[in-house]
Amino acid sequence: MKVIGLTSMALYISLIVGLYQQKPLDQSIEEGTLIYQDFCLQCHGSEGKGESGVFPPLAQSDYLMENITQSIQGIKYGMRGVMVVNGVVYEGMMAAQGLDDEEIADVMNYILNSWGNSTQEQITEEQVRSVGL
Amino acid sequence: MKKIKLFILAVIAPLSSTCAQQNTPPIEVPSEVNYTLETIVEGIDIPWGMAFLSSEEILVTEKYGVLYYVSEGSKKVVQGLPPIYFRGQGGLLDVAIDPEFSTNRRVFFTAGTNIEGDKGGNTALYSATFTKSLELKNVQLLYKAVPNTKTAQHWGSRVVFDQLGHVFFTIGDRGNRTVNPQDLSRDGGKVYRLNLDGSIPQDNPFVGQDNVKEAIYTYGHRNPQGMVVHPKTKAIWTHEHGPRGGDEINIIEASNNYGWPKITYGINYTGTPVTKETALPGMEQPFYYWVPSIAPSGMAFASAVYPNWEDNLFVGSLKYEYLERLVIKDNKVIKREKIADGIGRVRNVVTGTDGHLYLGVEGKGIIKLVPKS
Repeated sequence: MKVIGLTSMALYISLIVGLYQQKPLDQSIEEGTLIYQDFCLQCHGSEGKGESGVFPPLAQSDYLMENITQSIQGIKYGMRGVMVVNGVVYEGMMAAQGLDDEEIADVMNYILNSWGNSTQEQITEEQVRSVGL
Repeated sequence: MKKIKLFILAVIAPLSSTCAQQNTPPIEVPSEVNYTLETIVEGIDIPWGMAFLSSEEILVTEKYGVLYYVSEGSKKVVQGLPPIYFRGQGGLLDVAIDPEFSTNRRVFFTAGTNIEGDKGGNTALYSATFTKSLELKNVQLLYKAVPNTKTAQHWGSRVVFDQLGHVFFTIGDRGNRTVNPQDLSRDGGKVYRLNLDGSIPQDNPFVGQDNVKEAIYTYGHRNPQGMVVHPKTKAIWTHEHGPRGGDEINIIEASNNYGWPKITYGINYTGTPVTKETALPGMEQPFYYWVPSIAPSGMAFASAVYPNWEDNLFVGSLKYEYLERLVIKDNKVIKREKIADGIGRVRNVVTGTDGHLYLGVEGKGIIKLVPKS
């Protein structure tokens, strides 16, 4: 009885926490699409292809897929310095955009699930919050 | 890498030439480099605006919301800015000093602002007194565009003065082109003119009309991030980010409609058309338009410090990371050249009180263009 009570309480708590912390992936992607079109598309392009040598691609980008945390950090605080993406060198700067943690999670989920990209795990607002400078 | 670029060019060039021809004159690389680059100050991510207090002292805005006082290669933070709303292309934008600064120490600046407490922001013009202890005092809000919106796009903004006691400033269409730029009752997509105390000049072109923003001087703009007074004619020149292939230079005259989005030479960045019209009655043609777009920001005319460049127009290119030199003759652009190619995203270019050109370069800081003697 006691064990069942604790288990159901744990389930209940995790359900509540889950509800508050994480919206469904498809909703996050949908909201991320709008953020992408407003904040990212002009440089990275509607198909995430970027412009070779100037704006790195996001579609099937080795850097992005291997450096998720650094990518979140880049959106949150800006990015500078040399970066090699799919064998091409990029030296430009990407400015921070003033997006909040939820918006960054949404746009990451959109990018990570578009143009041939796919991931197993959803980026959460909590995860973005934990990324420091 | 170079091979890859050439290969891509070879593939893309025939495709793109079918949709939009490169506008003439073609951009050239000068055969001789007759200048050197001198770093004035480093470590400013987005040096949006620059105002010279003397040949050695500059106020520099950093878009994230910091105002710097730069002197002898070092920068100090100026205290007293109002809260800045930083999002997307908005933040702390241009700064300019009152024509009577030496006696009144007044400065003007534009910024993304939210004073209403709702969501989002819009562009505002402020004035303030810049004290000798590097503080802003008497901060006054002179104009605030409405409504606030969370969209990233198109805040403008540049600030200049004429010799008749007016301040001019620009606000972009705030990403709402179907509504804002052609509607005189709404903010956005406009060049504005105010008296220096923020009041509306009674000879502004739309004063007295019903349901208009009387501060509007010209309209039908997309996102002007360059504005300068011509040193000889005193006319006000602007440039603006257009859609793809539609960046424009315009000479500003009261009440003119510059046509956005009813007419443009560009197409949407997604590749779809904006309009099929490039000209309509009652709408001004641009003085010049760029195909392909260079993403222009900041503009200045060169002084006699540069013997072969006097009165040439210089425009920063964010996209191609150079300073563009435009030679103008008989009201036409007859030559274009890449200066400081590869320097980085050129956010701003101004003529200092010493007559030299100073560039604001993203990720770097302020760089001076020194002619070789």
